[in-house]
Amino acid sequence: MGISHQAILNSTSGIELVATCDSTPLVASVMGRYTKARSYSDYAEMLAKEPLDAVVIATPPKAHVPMVEAAIAKGLAIFCEKPFVLETADGIALAKAAETAGIVNQVGYHYRFVGSFVHVKSLVDAGILGRIHHVTAEAYGPVVLRPKTGSWRGSKQTGGGALYDYATHALDLLNYCVGRPDTVLSASLGSVFSEEVDDEVYALMGYDDGMTATLQVNWSDESYRKMSTKLTLYGTKGKIIADRQEVQVYMREPRPDLGLNQGWNVRYTTELTEPVDYYLRGEEYSAQIEHFARHVAAGDKATRSTFATAVEADMTVDAIRAAATRDAIRIDDGEMVAASTQTRARPRTGLARLFGKSQ
Amino acid sequence: MERILFGDNQFFGVNHMSEEKARAQAMRFQDIREIIKTLDNAYDAGIRVFMCTTHERVGEVCDHFRANPDRYPGFQFYPCMPYAHKYANAVTEYGMTGALSKLLPGESKIGSLLKGGLSLARMDMESLAGMLIDAEMQMFNGLSTPIIFIQNVVTDLILGLGAYDAFRMFADHVKAKYNAEPGFITMNLPRLLDVLEGIGIENPIICANINKIAFRTAGGLDNYEKTIAERKFRPIAMSIFASGAIPATEAVEYVCEQKNIEALLFGASSAGNIRNTVDLINKYDAQFGRGSALAAVSPQVSV
Repeated sequence: MGISHQAILNSTSGIELVATCDSTPLVASVMGRYTKARSYSDYAEMLAKEPLDAVVIATPPKAHVPMVEAAIAKGLAIFCEKPFVLETADGIALAKAAETAGIVNQVGYHYRFVGSFVHVKSLVDAGILGRIHHVTAEAYGPVVLRPKTGSWRGSKQTGGGALYDYATHALDLLNYCVGRPDTVLSASLGSVFSEEVDDEVYALMGYDDGMTATLQVNWSDESYRKMSTKLTLYGTKGKIIADRQEVQVYMREPRPDLGLNQGWNVRYTTELTEPVDYYLRGEEYSAQIEHFARHVAAGDKATRSTFATAVEADMTVDAIRAAATRDAIRIDDGEMVAASTQTRARPRTGLARLFGKSQ
Repeated sequence: MERILFGDNQFFGVNHMSEEKARAQAMRFQDIREIIKTLDNAYDAGIRVFMCTTHERVGEVCDHFRANPDRYPGFQFYPCMPYAHKYANAVTEYGMTGALSKLLPGESKIGSLLKGGLSLARMDMESLAGMLIDAEMQMFNGLSTPIIFIQNVVTDLILGLGAYDAFRMFADHVKAKYNAEPGFITMNLPRLLDVLEGIGIENPIICANINKIAFRTAGGLDNYEKTIAERKFRPIAMSIFASGAIPATEAVEYVCEQKNIEALLFGASSAGNIRNTVDLINKYDAQFGRGSALAAVSPQVSV
């Protein structure tokens, strides 16, 4: 991902890319050939030598903590890729430190910059759904399709796994649109192909006001061309189904003030997406960097995706992990199981017992 | 360059407006015969170019065209490379070096060197780029490919990084090896044109989103219109309907009115939609003073 970040930073007005750092000598040397920015292989040296306003951290998550700490110590604005950190306690400490130091901070949860989801948030805030009683957050994609992979995504120690790498997007989107859940009622982490990490995650979460949310994530689904994230919100006045491409709204009553008819209303990404200065792979990647740059220039700490909001997703991840280890409630194996066992052995007698009469 | 180019997004589950529609199309076109049938419809409507990614299934299409040259006289392919998801998925799964050794043909020098453990760092980027292009071009062997494009993901990445040499390498290689003109697909038209002119690629062929609602026209629609009106290059308009967000008549009128646009790229699934789009283009071309886009539209077959 670092190369895409470099391309966007290099092309966004208001940003001057003065230095890059990559621990892989190849990347550092190839990139060094094409950019005026000075290249480093040691971030501490770069921070010591370069007078900077901001840093963008796009390493695997394992390396985030010391880098963020070092940048906070220098008083620099920080854009850090997601997942933010591997240990929530570290995340809380970093969010507090950034707050105390008064620095602009942002985490790369780019779905907060996808036009359709921004639109969902505005509809929810306008109260069109009445009381929302359930939300489903889903993410599917083709990341791990075979048992062995050579990438950090397959390793637990480096922050791999569908829960950290995929589910966090869906959870952050849930938090962005309706707020963080208060409880995790049940959860399951499963492997489809990976040996060390989870490939699928399912969880049922609760809110203190009675609303519930389900999380469904599977990154071993080859039928998707790329990551696909979806949000469905059920309310007393209507329903919203949204993905990257479109927002479908069902209204029980019209809301003429918002241009919403009774029944189905569909809006597409083609009309909901704000143009960007430079496009690479999706407006949201440029939009989040443009947003960060504007906030750094204005000294405005209220970015749309802060360390603090990222930590909320990590806290939910921890709760899901804990819930997944709890004992399940076994379905009572009284007479019914005895009956079904007999059913398999001797259908007629079994059915007779089940229905309590002779056949 | 041909006026009307037929695209392939609909065949491979790409729809910028609806995942459901994309899925329905992916289901229909998983049968290669459906793709061929649609290309037949395009041919019979007078279209002579298939502008396609180097998706592995295009290889099957190429086999069909190679086997039936008499059915498709004058037909040309404009390959667009690389099919980015193939690379992105391979890099995610196997890492950079692993992906390269998977994607390069086994008998190629680099492929075997990589398999032998040579590190990427010691390789010459220009010969690596050449080999990747050759690997992508294999499926078009024996077919006419007068223009070869770099896909926007790669064009725009190179553009963003400032690695402009890569454009030069690509242009030189496709000219020398395939006697083809280089084409560049981008979402950042004005910015790219400045750069290509800067490195001496004159009057370049650039394919970009050009549509009335400014969908994916980074840098702004005004800037696009001004660039098309005033600068010297050969623009191809794609995403002219913005995946269906603009009514067809309005969409075609808008692009035909900009006289410097040389070619129009569109994709469609039904014979009716293909025919309607071709008719609309001809109608507005005539209205804005351009000759008929297709010399032999709707040939009546005499029995």
